[in-house]
Amino acid sequence: MELKTSYLAKHVRTLQPSGIRKFFDATAGMTGVISLGVGEPDFVTPWNVREAAIVSLEDGYTSYTANAGLPALREEIAKYIENYFCVSYQPESEIIVTVGASEAIDIALRAILDPGDEVLVIEPCFVSYAPLVTLAGGVPVIVQTNRENNFKVTAEELGEALTERTKAIMICSPNNPTGSMLSKDEMEKVAAVAKDNDLLILSDEIYAELVYDELYTSFAALDDMRERTILVSGFSKDLAMTGWRLGFVCAPEEIIGGMLKIHQYAIMCAATMAQYAALEGLKTGRKDVKEMRKSYRQRRNFIVQSLNDMGLACHNPEGAFYTFPCIESTGLSSEEFATRLLQTEKVVVVPGNAFGAGGEGFVRCSYATSMAQLQEAMTRMKRFVDNL
Amino acid sequence: MKLTATEIEIAEILEKDARLTNEDVAKMTNLSVEQTREIIKKLEEQKIIVRYVSLVDWTKIDGHQGVTAMIDVKITPKRDVGFKNVAERIYRHREVKSVYLMSGTYDLSVVVEGNSLNEVAHFVTQKLSTIDGVISTTTHFVLKKYKHDGTIYDSDDKDKRIVVSP
Ligand SMILES: Cc1ncc(COP(=O)(O)O)c(C=O)c1O
Repeated sequence: MELKTSYLAKHVRTLQPSGIRKFFDATAGMTGVISLGVGEPDFVTPWNVREAAIVSLEDGYTSYTANAGLPALREEIAKYIENYFCVSYQPESEIIVTVGASEAIDIALRAILDPGDEVLVIEPCFVSYAPLVTLAGGVPVIVQTNRENNFKVTAEELGEALTERTKAIMICSPNNPTGSMLSKDEMEKVAAVAKDNDLLILSDEIYAELVYDELYTSFAALDDMRERTILVSGFSKDLAMTGWRLGFVCAPEEIIGGMLKIHQYAIMCAATMAQYAALEGLKTGRKDVKEMRKSYRQRRNFIVQSLNDMGLACHNPEGAFYTFPCIESTGLSSEEFATRLLQTEKVVVVPGNAFGAGGEGFVRCSYATSMAQLQEAMTRMKRFVDNL
Repeated sequence: MKLTATEIEIAEILEKDARLTNEDVAKMTNLSVEQTREIIKKLEEQKIIVRYVSLVDWTKIDGHQGVTAMIDVKITPKRDVGFKNVAERIYRHREVKSVYLMSGTYDLSVVVEGNSLNEVAHFVTQKLSTIDGVISTTTHFVLKKYKHDGTIYDSDDKDKRIVVSP
């Protein structure tokens, strides 16, 4: 019997590996590197939170939880969202605890998309958005933002990308990789597009607590937006819990019901000890978050000025822990810049094009690293740029 | 004294790392170097920043181990001056690193550092116990410092993250 040319599904075969992974391979085996390439906190999960997981294990909480997550955790999430975002969700029917924000995005897309449905993906953005749309059978429609606009999408740009098949807009504010955040005003305009065209907003609010200048507004908290918003967040970034793989999603009952069916068959439930840890984080971790936020803000100020001083124009990111300096003045492509910087000065940054074609001409520098490392990285980078 | 949020922030930054240059602190707080210098000068003049210190782990250096003792001291308070003048007579000694007035079963907690056990013993018996008003002393020697002034000694603070991540 003849074998098929490939057992893989076509949409998997054609899926591109993440540009970040590609660059990760280039760094393999190198020593003495300073990495500004890391998209996660340099802090270790606060001890209180780690201890809660240990205690849960000691107490023998090692079995499955409810599919949607520990009731106590969902209740605490509801309280937290209410306090911090001023939107209320029913813990029993409108919240699911997920395996990271990553799973939440995946099951949200799978729950809402029919084959061929389009989702507006605003680039540069987190690497998984467009591929997840594709894997869910949808079609990602890329909307490019640019530096002139501080990488903030406008209603006009969204309007131009709309078609009959548009189902949702994916928004991440504060954003990875640019750190840009929409003001409440700017959000209202995006919300108007959604309302006028009966679209859902898939709002990735994982960096909501890491904002440094303005107050944060959630999409779900805007007028008449709760019923058309899927609010995705998690514990990875603000509580420094990336490795725990824990997130959550809030949405109206019908949508959550759909998502829960997928979650229950694909995942069953998120890891139990991680859920106990997150519960503690919500109850007692706010002080830690505040400390970390303060520290990020100081480093943000430091790195933005240092990059500008060395001639790499860099807008001031309002949130998350990324800067996205323009490297066009060096005459190098973003991949060349990153590769040569790594080879000559052993500093890791991520080429902007890993976050979509519109990221070309930029590199992502994470400032989730100690001041001492940042200082050294800036010294090396300046030397690199000066010697070009 | 009332300080602005920025002044407090600079005090916090320098408390964590006193070696940051004025230029670095200026960048971190979005101030000009001149403004930063002014604020630091003010903090120093007002004795809010009292001193710049570094935390040295002497146990790592051969021949420099030394001994630290924490001594609980009971004293008879004196009319008008209370505990203050006994405390003063204690903290003037070079060996004394800190003196705290405590609530509870004793009055003063005195931290003493010396080169050897003998040296500390000599200080306690000859200097401390003989001070007028000192009723009793209980000396505890420190065997090992795990954490001091918020810093964990010998912590494994290696970056455990992979070099590039989403
Ligand atoms: C914008 C954005 N969304 C989601 C995630 C994934 O988060 P989680 O660890 O909760 O899956 C990341 C991680 O880098 C991110 O940057």
